[in-house]
Amino acid sequence: MDSLLVKFLAGSVQAGTPLLFATLGESLTERVGNLNLGVEGLMLMGAVIGFNTALVTGNPALALLAAMAAGAAGSLIFAFLTVSLRANQVVSGLTLTIFGTGFAGFLGQSLTGKVTPDSVKAFFTPIKLPVLGDIPYLGSIFFRQDIFIYLGYLTAVVLGFYLFSTRPGLNLRAVGESPAAADASGVSVVRAKYIHTLLGGALCALGGAYLSLVYVPAWQENITAGRGWIAVALVIFTGWNPYIAILGSFFFGGLDIVGFRLQKYDIKISQYLIDALPYVVTILVLIASSVRKSARNSTPGSLGEPYFREER
Amino acid sequence: MKGRLLKGAVVALLALACTGMISAQTAKKIKVGFIYLGPVGDGGYTYAHDLGRKYLEQALPGQVETVYKESVSDGNADSEPVMRDLIDQGCTIIFATSFGYMDHVEKIAKEYPNVKFLHCSGYKSGPNFGNYFGRIEQPRYLSGIVAGMKTKTNKIGYVLAFEIPECIRGVDSFTLGVRSVNPKATVLLKWTHTWYDPAKEKDAAVALLDEGCDVIAQHQDTTGPQIAAQEKGAFAIGYNSDSKNAAPKAYLTAPIWNWGPYYTAQVKAVIAGTWKPEAYWGGMADGVVDLAPLTANAPKGAQAAVDKVKAQIIAGKFDVWAGPVKDQTGAVRIAKGATLDDKGQLSLDWLVEGIVGKIEK
Repeated sequence: MDSLLVKFLAGSVQAGTPLLFATLGESLTERVGNLNLGVEGLMLMGAVIGFNTALVTGNPALALLAAMAAGAAGSLIFAFLTVSLRANQVVSGLTLTIFGTGFAGFLGQSLTGKVTPDSVKAFFTPIKLPVLGDIPYLGSIFFRQDIFIYLGYLTAVVLGFYLFSTRPGLNLRAVGESPAAADASGVSVVRAKYIHTLLGGALCALGGAYLSLVYVPAWQENITAGRGWIAVALVIFTGWNPYIAILGSFFFGGLDIVGFRLQKYDIKISQYLIDALPYVVTILVLIASSVRKSARNSTPGSLGEPYFREER
Repeated sequence: MKGRLLKGAVVALLALACTGMISAQTAKKIKVGFIYLGPVGDGGYTYAHDLGRKYLEQALPGQVETVYKESVSDGNADSEPVMRDLIDQGCTIIFATSFGYMDHVEKIAKEYPNVKFLHCSGYKSGPNFGNYFGRIEQPRYLSGIVAGMKTKTNKIGYVLAFEIPECIRGVDSFTLGVRSVNPKATVLLKWTHTWYDPAKEKDAAVALLDEGCDVIAQHQDTTGPQIAAQEKGAFAIGYNSDSKNAAPKAYLTAPIWNWGPYYTAQVKAVIAGTWKPEAYWGGMADGVVDLAPLTANAPKGAQAAVDKVKAQIIAGKFDVWAGPVKDQTGAVRIAKGATLDDKGQLSLDWLVEGIVGKIEK
């Protein structure tokens, strides 16, 4: 039997996984200089398309692919508006959130109350990893989870390696820092922005799909309930760094569920205050990260700015 | 829905064109509007109201036409334009089915004295504005009997929304039912402070299961807690409507709403011209509330125990709120031979003995 603390921490990993995918997706998008505030909308699109595909095909892999395709399609709208048409990124992102919410609500009308099919549920039941799963405490917290969570770890590590240790990663960071310089050195700015915005959108959508396929697992309208916004703040908190995103997401996942664990004890803090913790911490983090500066983990130089080649 | 409206409009237009006036048949038809908090497919609270609407349409064929608006927030004034829209569409009776619509219904009711307004779960009324609700505490007590017989750990979890009398009545009556068959059992609470957040409601149930509960009950509008119970091999009691499909291995039963007969009676009264605003609070004897059929997951003997008390409730021989009832501190709050009247129930703000949890002040 695991102690309540271990169960709580394992629960934090589960609650943090939707945040992890969304944070990774948004980190990638912002690293290439695009501030996409449509995360909430992209998550909802992924959640509804993934769920619908699971319902129709009963195939978990297809459900994940469909969710990613939905996220990529959603961010294609954003990329077209901001990269090709050079529209304002903040406004385009907010529009994408509104669009995604409406899109999911509309498609989800006939899905409400439906439950994820058993074949998909079975695929996502927790699996104990050999060796790693036997480590005391850590094994129970991190390595007796479902395959979707392992995919989250893997994505974060691969993305971190890609960003910091490969040439395409270097190029994309260069585009985000100074598109003019990258352009001059022969990197296609437009292509880099398109590819990574679409990839980022696909990852955000996976975060939504985790909620509808594994976490809840049923379709309910507005299933993300604001988690996309927390992810936007998490990107800043974790310094656009995928490795730190792992811990940051699970920390916020823990904040999300800590209230219920504390109700057991007679604590003299109002539960409403505890419920507000994720938001309070978000504000504190934004203050702290605007004070702290580090070369590797700081705002990409051209974040939010459209690139005009002619203005060089 | 839209197709039917369109068809209705076309038929009405044709009738107008042919005869120069609306036919007598169409004129007699009464239009009834419903406003829902959630989507009709929530499988819970709104779903139960919508079943009532469908029942009404079938019970009075050719006499009523119904329109509904779903997912109307009750935390702000969103319901006001929705009500105006329904009235513009020709509705003369409006059922507003969530507590938070109350003040907005009051305002609109004053503006449209010829439209009848019925508001669910509130306490305000007016010359053309009544309120209605059901004594869901009666089937909740019965579901407590099932949970009390089912639990092995003697710990029952209860996920509930807000610190308001409605929820407190629910958990108090549930616990009284539990302790009537199992005095050793305790009921552990988790407040979610939301009516509708599937992930959060599930989290609350998971926390309760981690603390050793083996039966989960809920005063929430989604099936999240039941799904959590099934995943951990525990059992669950639903709410609002029969939800056995969401978690078939865990589901025991659920206190449910049955609005159809009430809606039909109200609309009939309006048609007959005998309608008066009232504060309606129906119980099991009226059929507004009931306990869903027990599934095969329910413990042996539970059906008989439930049937016995149910018969007494319907016959008016058993009162859930009959004393002696003690609160959490062990003090007697309802004396032996006394009972808690409606006023006391509507402002209930203490938890009965056997509940582990507190009311946030």
